[in-house]
Amino acid sequence: MKQFLAFVRKEFYHVLRDRRTLLILFGMPIAQILIFGFALTNEVKDSEILVVDYAKDNASQELLTKIGSSRYFNIRQAALSHNEILSTFRKGKIKAVVVFPAHFNEDLLHQNKAQVQIITDASDVNTANMVTNYLSSIIVDYQNQINANLEIPYRITPEVRMLYNPQLKGAHGFVPGVMALVLLLVSVMMTAISIVREKETGTMEILLVSPFKPVLVIFAKAFPYLALSLVNVTAILLLSVFVLDLPVKGSVALLFAESTLFIITCLALGIFISIKTSSQQVAMLISLMGMLLPTIMFSGFLFPIENMPLPLQVISNIVPSKWFYIIVKSIMIKGLGLAALWRETLILLGMTLFLLLVSLKSFKIRLQ
Amino acid sequence: MEAVVVKNLVKTYGKEQTVAVDDVSFSVGRGELFGLIGPDGAGKTSIFRMLTTLLLPDGGSARVDGHDIVKDFRQIRSSVGYMPGKFSLYQDLTIEENLNFFATVFGTTIEENYHLIKDIYVQIEPFKNRRAGKLSGGMKQKLALCCALIHKPTTLFLDEPTTGVDPVSRKEFWEMLGRLKAQQITILVSTPYMDEASLCDRIALIQGGRILSIDTPQNIIEAYPDRLLAVKANEMYRLLKALESHPDVPSSYAFGEYAHATFRHADTRPLEAYLREQGLTGVEVKDAEVTIEDSFIKLLH
Amino acid sequence: MMQDDRVIVCEKLTKRFGDFVATNEITFDVHRGEIFGFLGANGAGKTTAMRMLCGLSSPSSGKATIAGFDVYTQTEQIKKHIGYMSQKFSLYENLTVRENIEFFGGIYGLSDERIRSKTAELLQRLGLKSEANKLVASLPLGWKQKLSFSVAVLHEPKIVFLDEPTGGVDPVTRRQFWDMIYEAANSGITVFVTTHYMDEAEYCNRISIMVDGRMEVLDTPANLKSSFHARSMDEVFYQLARGAKRGD
Repeated sequence: MKQFLAFVRKEFYHVLRDRRTLLILFGMPIAQILIFGFALTNEVKDSEILVVDYAKDNASQELLTKIGSSRYFNIRQAALSHNEILSTFRKGKIKAVVVFPAHFNEDLLHQNKAQVQIITDASDVNTANMVTNYLSSIIVDYQNQINANLEIPYRITPEVRMLYNPQLKGAHGFVPGVMALVLLLVSVMMTAISIVREKETGTMEILLVSPFKPVLVIFAKAFPYLALSLVNVTAILLLSVFVLDLPVKGSVALLFAESTLFIITCLALGIFISIKTSSQQVAMLISLMGMLLPTIMFSGFLFPIENMPLPLQVISNIVPSKWFYIIVKSIMIKGLGLAALWRETLILLGMTLFLLLVSLKSFKIRLQ
Repeated sequence: MEAVVVKNLVKTYGKEQTVAVDDVSFSVGRGELFGLIGPDGAGKTSIFRMLTTLLLPDGGSARVDGHDIVKDFRQIRSSVGYMPGKFSLYQDLTIEENLNFFATVFGTTIEENYHLIKDIYVQIEPFKNRRAGKLSGGMKQKLALCCALIHKPTTLFLDEPTTGVDPVSRKEFWEMLGRLKAQQITILVSTPYMDEASLCDRIALIQGGRILSIDTPQNIIEAYPDRLLAVKANEMYRLLKALESHPDVPSSYAFGEYAHATFRHADTRPLEAYLREQGLTGVEVKDAEVTIEDSFIKLLH
Repeated sequence: MMQDDRVIVCEKLTKRFGDFVATNEITFDVHRGEIFGFLGANGAGKTTAMRMLCGLSSPSSGKATIAGFDVYTQTEQIKKHIGYMSQKFSLYENLTVRENIEFFGGIYGLSDERIRSKTAELLQRLGLKSEANKLVASLPLGWKQKLSFSVAVLHEPKIVFLDEPTGGVDPVTRRQFWDMIYEAANSGITVFVTTHYMDEAEYCNRISIMVDGRMEVLDTPANLKSSFHARSMDEVFYQLARGAKRGD
């Protein structure tokens, strides 16, 4: 145990004394979260909105004025058919179309409820989502205003139609995505590199020729990166909650438990890479090409998996980050619990055990 | 009991079965300072790695402190000290942190075996808070030796500890080894420098994976079969050319300021005359003091 | 004239890195066809001095000309007239012997015709004809060193710089290597060599020993030994370098 602790301490010295490692470790997650976060919120300002008002009555005009006075939207009015709306979208300038049906005011007065249709271009998922949210809240605002003195409330239901990407895959996905990326970088690449470095400098030879069990050498090297990765998870969550206003809807404890599982998956991968390679460059290249690229491509973080050709969809199933991404997204955004996520968790667990087993099997107590 | 016994050890590498160690046998007595002398690629590192259980032999067997290098690797790993060829310490850790780390890994403390390293450690102690990467070659080497010694090994394996180190540091290093020997630690050291051979109790000359000769340096020198002359002239290059073409000089080569030449006759005066005839000036011919290097060259021919 | 004979002329050549004076006012000349030994303990400033002489690093002060070219302003010409070989970098391991020769010939701007004739001549002289199409990686160390020396003088430079060329080589190969050095010197190429083997120092025409950035001595091996009352160069070196304060 004392040996193990000495090892962990030494590993922390390595990390803390190397400015580049520190930068990758803590600068990168913060930068990524902030870049993704702010790129997202800035886009909604002064969005072009097309309004198609078939009603042209009091209520629709009032609501329109309200939308127009918001700093988020610039309103253009036009009378268009359904097909014309689609072709306008294709030109790509407008972010959303708001359609008031004929008899909007009448419906509201006589049936106490009316509909507004919001059509957005969901191929740009984040913007579409934002625009919808803002429009909906303006409508709710108006509704509360006219309801102030009524016994039977009026209800305006926004009927939202997302064009091109109806299920809104990828929305708010960047936090879980960044989390998967960062954990992968820290756990796979850093672990692999730090073990291979010991091979390169020859210190691994001395460690092997010592009473310390070789397998413990590997675990002792991986352990600090588990700790550092958890620090990163915490940092990312704090940033997303307090800077980006993106709360964790589900259980934080479950989120940490699942993250720990994924970190162990990554560590196992890192160890495996370190066993199979003998230079830091190769280890880094394999980690980047073999791990980072598939995560970006196949986790569903940037490119919706549903839109991919079938073979790629199948391949995506063997990428651990895909499952982690689904889990984190479900916990953070949908607020789901383990009951809904046991399948994904089990898959990830299986992958982890498999990788650990393969790593331990291929680990050699001697030089190759 | 012998500290190290090596029997017919063989090591091959790769698909082509390149032979790195070819049927090597030797033994080292307890407390002996044993040198493995040979150029790069002679197989020194492979032998050391097999003896320290880092590599499995492809043939033959060996015992270290009575333990088999394949079966009993755990016992060997806890009892030997090993200093690999490269500078193998953590560059970003200080002298003290390196030493502490290795002491802990070997399940001991600096205090416990301080007496063993004291002589060496006091020389680098003033810099104990300096990172190992910022040390001079000689100091790194001392630190590496301290780290290899800290767990009081019975047998110490030093793989080319003096390669790339300047002559002053080399000399100091060998003085330290002499003192360690007095502590009853068996030391196996490898080196490409022939002049270091005479500092060992016994040596094995090795080339191409094969041992050419094993004995005390003195015996190896005495076993030199030929008459060896030291010849000097003002122009080395022309002297060598002249010696090369002399019928009674089977081999000749530069050796410091002299050329060494094996010679078939008792009388050297005709040789001197011949060299002057060749236009050489400052000719001087005398009997050479045979060195290990001469023996090695002889064995290679 | 004496002047024509000097291929390296150094006057108070100095290199500073901040407060640290790596090479401190070294002054010396090296003549055509001379084998000049450049010795010093690790960290004495040898590498820094060599870099300046090769035109790779600009001096902080002092003067030097290499093959008649100024080390401050004419580094490109210097590089054309020198050869360089070190223990670490010499040849591309994953190119064949022939490809290496052709590559370095091309680098130094030899015409295709000359590269062809030089390649043939080299392979013949080194006895590597049958190995011409083998990867350098498969050659024994001794051959690699001979080949890389030959490549370093392929463009017939005025001076060839050798940085510890014989490290780790067996004594026979080491001497064969020195035969090549003698031959090159005999043909008029100046050889500037660093080594850790003190017996090799004896093979040089003159030796300089650097201690803590200064050139402490410069003389023939015989004169050095007699002035230090030493039996070997090893002793001379030891007496000088023992007092050194710097390490690398």
